[in-house]
Amino acid sequence: MKASTVRRVGGRLASLFASLLIALSLAFLLGRLSGDPTATILGPLAPPEQREALRHQLGLDLPVLVQYLDYLKGVFTGDLGQSLQFYQSNTSMIADRLPFTLQLVGAGMALALLVGIPLGVLAATREGTWWDRGASTLALLGQSVPVFWFGMMLVVLFAVKLGWLPAGQSGSPKHLILPALTMSVYPMAHIARLTRASMSDALAEPYIDSARARGISTRRVIWRHAFTNAMMPILTIVVLQTGILLSGAVAVEYVYSWPGLGQLALQAIQFRDFPLVQAIVVFGALVFVVLNLLVDVLHSIVDPRVR
Amino acid sequence: MSEVVETGVPGDLARHPRTPASDTPVLEVDDLVVEHRDGGTGAVFRAVDQVSLRIAAGESVAVVGESGSGKTTLAMAATGLGPRGQGDVRLLGHSLSAISRTRLRRLRPEVQVVFQDPHGSLDPRQSVRSGLRELRALQPERTSWIGDADLLGRVRLAADLLDRYPHQLSGGQAQRVCIARALLMRPRLIVADEPTSGLDVSVQADVLALLRQIRTTTGAALLMISHDLAVVRSLCDVVHVMYRGRVVEAGPCDRVFGAPENDYTRELLAAMPGARWRSRR
Amino acid sequence: MSQLELDPVTAAPPPPRRAGRRARTSVFWLALPLAVTAVAVFVLPLTGLLPERGQDLAATRQPPAFLAGGSWAHPLGTDKLGQDLLTQFVSAGRLTIVIGLVGALVAIGPGTLLGLLAGYFRGWVDRVISILIDAQLALPFILVALAIIANRGSSLPVLFLVLALTGWAVCARVTRAATMAIRERQFVIGLRAAGASEPRIVFRHILPNLAGTIVALGTLQVGTAILVESALSFLGLGVVPPMNSWGSMLASGQDELSQAWWIAFFPGLAITALVLLVNLLGDALLTHHDPRKRRR
Ligand SMILES: Nc1ncnc2c1ncn2[C@@H]1O[C@H](COP(=O)(O)OP(=O)(O)OP(=O)(O)O)[C@@H](O)[C@H]1O
Ligand SMILES: [Mg+2]
Repeated sequence: MKASTVRRVGGRLASLFASLLIALSLAFLLGRLSGDPTATILGPLAPPEQREALRHQLGLDLPVLVQYLDYLKGVFTGDLGQSLQFYQSNTSMIADRLPFTLQLVGAGMALALLVGIPLGVLAATREGTWWDRGASTLALLGQSVPVFWFGMMLVVLFAVKLGWLPAGQSGSPKHLILPALTMSVYPMAHIARLTRASMSDALAEPYIDSARARGISTRRVIWRHAFTNAMMPILTIVVLQTGILLSGAVAVEYVYSWPGLGQLALQAIQFRDFPLVQAIVVFGALVFVVLNLLVDVLHSIVDPRVR
Repeated sequence: MSEVVETGVPGDLARHPRTPASDTPVLEVDDLVVEHRDGGTGAVFRAVDQVSLRIAAGESVAVVGESGSGKTTLAMAATGLGPRGQGDVRLLGHSLSAISRTRLRRLRPEVQVVFQDPHGSLDPRQSVRSGLRELRALQPERTSWIGDADLLGRVRLAADLLDRYPHQLSGGQAQRVCIARALLMRPRLIVADEPTSGLDVSVQADVLALLRQIRTTTGAALLMISHDLAVVRSLCDVVHVMYRGRVVEAGPCDRVFGAPENDYTRELLAAMPGARWRSRR
Repeated sequence: MSQLELDPVTAAPPPPRRAGRRARTSVFWLALPLAVTAVAVFVLPLTGLLPERGQDLAATRQPPAFLAGGSWAHPLGTDKLGQDLLTQFVSAGRLTIVIGLVGALVAIGPGTLLGLLAGYFRGWVDRVISILIDAQLALPFILVALAIIANRGSSLPVLFLVLALTGWAVCARVTRAATMAIRERQFVIGLRAAGASEPRIVFRHILPNLAGTIVALGTLQVGTAILVESALSFLGLGVVPPMNSWGSMLASGQDELSQAWWIAFFPGLAITALVLLVNLLGDALLTHHDPRKRRR
């Protein structure tokens, strides 16, 4: 490893760590600013002694800096505190709900890739034609529609009117279809647009012409040569979109009463369960940092110059 | 230097009266080293290496060398307009490393620059007239009182170009506007970084003639950066030959071009477009 | 929510005249319906043409006029209290548009300023701002937004705070890149040589050169703000009764999906159309500004 590489990787790690720290501090601050949690737990009429005892029990009587350091220590040892409304460890609740959200995100992302990439390639290989215009407008439409509304309309059509699919809850693969379709809209549009842009860049490279001149078939040129070169930005966006989907799942889970993390976050907010809100924010931040690291690793594998 | 007109009347373009001619060299550079750091890889590249240079008042000095030899970097560091580097740079006797920001800002108009790309040297969103107005507002004391139309006349441009925007000017016109802007400040030193290489051949001669005339009428010193040895010889007293960040040879034009001591200079003479001059002599 | 990926738009020579004219035409045809919509939602209530606002428990959940059972007394139908949906739709549209515009302003204002500072001054200023940009772009700020709202309650100021927090970084990143490109241009050196101060260079010369990019970014940001607002209002965390936006109409339509789907249908359709137009307009403006750059 060259010194410059070490420096760059170090710089990247430092900046990711700084991002994480900013988010953690923000989450902590929001927790502190939320007023007296003992009032939330014990109700506004509880006697002061009882509150004092609880404050002591929760560690709220310690200096803020000590609380902050305790909190950071907890975050890095996997202890995200206790929920006020469920009397459970936040970490275990998040672990319980995570698989549902992952199901949704995974299925949505798979669908987005399956449709988005061919759509983008179609537009790029027919640049300037009506195919291109249609595909591009469709993609832009996907970025303009409120996804949860799209989900609601799917419910009306397929569950209420036609009765083909269930509208809410989870359990069977059938239950997954509508939520996954809804989840896929935004990333699908994004992937299609990005694929179109990076494919048309790749197709404009001179080596494409030379490959054509050497008599390589058009399909092979497109998929084998241009597409492999256009892969990197797409891969990046897939990974980052996965993170965005995790937090974007809130509205979709709400539409379909899907028992994932998003619903948990909403419940936490409605009951002013700040430790839980804070825990979910922290969890989201950790996921994002890991995904960003993953993107960097992918970059260094694919692009030899970065190594 | 005998033709220098030193009227100092504000309506004229001659040197500013507040800064009388003296023996202080306009520019002194001692052992200047400038390094560029690549933002991505962090690699350090030494673009200017141990360069010394001296320009007396009213003198005309050329820097020649192949592309990438560090000429622009040298000029920018020497005038305090670009990355500073290490080493001592004295502008009109003031050391750039010791000078305060405010002093430097006051000193700056003494040096004006004319670049290779005339369009890049003008704010695309500003008409010629409003650009000149801004310069006057910035330096009410030192800019000449000459009228805008008159000023354009001095660089042989019609006054109806005043309301044009840069993209409505040809390369040669834009370069004349740049020269007019520089003249308006009545500088002690004009740095011309390949002022003609972005222009049409037919326009190049005009712009050079203009620069030569300006030298004689304003008495400003000139730091000329060029590829074209014929240009250098017709305009400059002294030439510095740069190669890979170093000055490999320096001296009066006649001596350097007539009897080059350095191998690289000889190569350069053989390869460069102005080499024809020898046969002319 | 929507995370627009933009190319850093570098300063470019003016586009060829024909491409410029074509871009201008499409900008016009995109801006026209937007202007008509905006005028309509502000002027219609003044005309007295809209049905009365009040409840009518005899006519609850009426379908729109063009469906069986609908009547022209209530062109878009009624809600579960028999209130006219067209009237609600118009007043909600007004708030949605206002939120979109203000939400974009509060995002591009600080975003542009920080991007300019980072791009022009570099050094530690750039480092700090870049870390903030990275942090905002890399972190689930929608969750943070939810937490802020949970904390402070739903109100318009909180909503704008959230829109500013979620939107500034994209603007800052693009402005930073464009500023870095312009600051290397030679006219900046010329101005410095003329004794121009740094604030003058930044605000009188670099900023005007970024105007096209900033207008385009702001336009795209209007779309983003409307989408974020609608999602938050849908969850009951943005615009809450007695105020009404298209997003909050979706929230009230959510409970009625099986009986009166049209309550949610029209506001959602309106949001989609509005945001699509705004996005197309933003794209056209970016292209107009520099035809070689495509928005990704
Ligand atoms: N900002 C920069 N960052 C990194 N390297 C740079 C930078 N500016 C210039 N360089 C490098 O420094 C060297 C000298 O550049 P400079 O522009 O001074 O050369 P030049 O002699 O003016 O060339 P030309 O005749 O092409 O204008 C070049 O190798 C160039 O690549
Ligand atoms: Mg140069």
